[in-house]
Amino acid sequence: MSIFEYNGSALIAMVGKNCFAIASDRRLGVQLQTIATDFQRIYKIHDRLFLGLSGLATDAQTLYQRLVFRHKLYQLREERDMKPETFASLVSAVLYEKRFGPYFCQPVIAGLGEEDKPFICTMDSIGAKELAKDFVVAGTASESLYGACEAMFKPDMEAEELFETISQALLSSVDRDCLSGWGGHVYVITPTEVKERILKGRMD
Amino acid sequence: MECVFGLVGEGFAVVAADTSAVHSILVHKSNEDKIMVLDSHKLIAASGEPGDRVQFTEYIQKNVALYQFRNGIPLTTAAAANFTRGELATALRKNPYSVNILLAGYDKETGPALYYIDYIATLHKVDKGAFGYGSYFSLSTMDRHYHSRMSVEEAIDLVDKCIVEIRSRLVVAPPNFVIKIVDKDGAREYAWRETVKDSIASSA
Repeated sequence: MSIFEYNGSALIAMVGKNCFAIASDRRLGVQLQTIATDFQRIYKIHDRLFLGLSGLATDAQTLYQRLVFRHKLYQLREERDMKPETFASLVSAVLYEKRFGPYFCQPVIAGLGEEDKPFICTMDSIGAKELAKDFVVAGTASESLYGACEAMFKPDMEAEELFETISQALLSSVDRDCLSGWGGHVYVITPTEVKERILKGRMD
Repeated sequence: MECVFGLVGEGFAVVAADTSAVHSILVHKSNEDKIMVLDSHKLIAASGEPGDRVQFTEYIQKNVALYQFRNGIPLTTAAAANFTRGELATALRKNPYSVNILLAGYDKETGPALYYIDYIATLHKVDKGAFGYGSYFSLSTMDRHYHSRMSVEEAIDLVDKCIVEIRSRLVVAPPNFVIKIVDKDGAREYAWRETVKDSIASSA
């Protein structure tokens, strides 16, 4: 079994009309055994920037701690929050530093940039950025997620419709993947508010 | 074949561990205490390589004590868990420890807590957790009978159910277990469950 599939994970980020949504599954497993059904994969960097980390849970935790540290230092020096594009470049650099001994994570970065324009991107475990205008996916269920998102996505969705779409795409994909699932965690971010919702899916 | 498991009840956390020290096919002793009292209100139940288990948990214990000496106040359970994870994570890509840990603790402000820390430094706060082959039986038994805010009697009853299950279904089941509890009055040994007494037997 690949080290990326040791803990199991599923992540999506989708762009809407002046808003974005980021969603993850909630399972923490050790290969075939489920340890917890309330594992947090999406972290808030600041009010308009969210980071999802799929892959090996220990590296996701370490990487998150390192990135929060770097962002806090940036906030102290610059007296402002990082733009999503800048943060994506930071994540890419941090990952490439470990090119020959990498963190086994695939990050998904989603944020609201200048003029409330949503920004999403993903990268592989050594920092190769993949910018997209519509959606990005990561995790053990990524192939199913690509298919589901491609079928369900429409451009310029409002927040409520975006929430429905991302939730359906997540749940239908993780239901076909034994290593991810046990519900979902969905964040929908608009310029004015952040809405966090827990999904109940097939609890297996 | 090392079995470690634990759960959180109403105002307390209980952990149980087998007490066999095994080397290949030989049982060195059957009264090896694998649950270390970290400080007045914390327990570390560890399983894994015997050398690493003792060295690592003693290292954590001494550092937790040092913090208390330096700062005049004890670490919270969450802080101790995160420190332990940090040490495991730092060593992971240099000189990894093969130790799985269940850290149980009681804080006056936040009550009882149980942290699952596996050997690759995955940290998660849980209500019930288990390691080893015994986890296949104890986790399922706990899933069936556990509910939040159990009393001490109910929790010990559940621990006994798990021990019975392990003894009857695990092929090389350990004969003896130790149960330790931590609540507002501190961390202490609760009971032993022995089927084989490890004393200098008086022969006929």
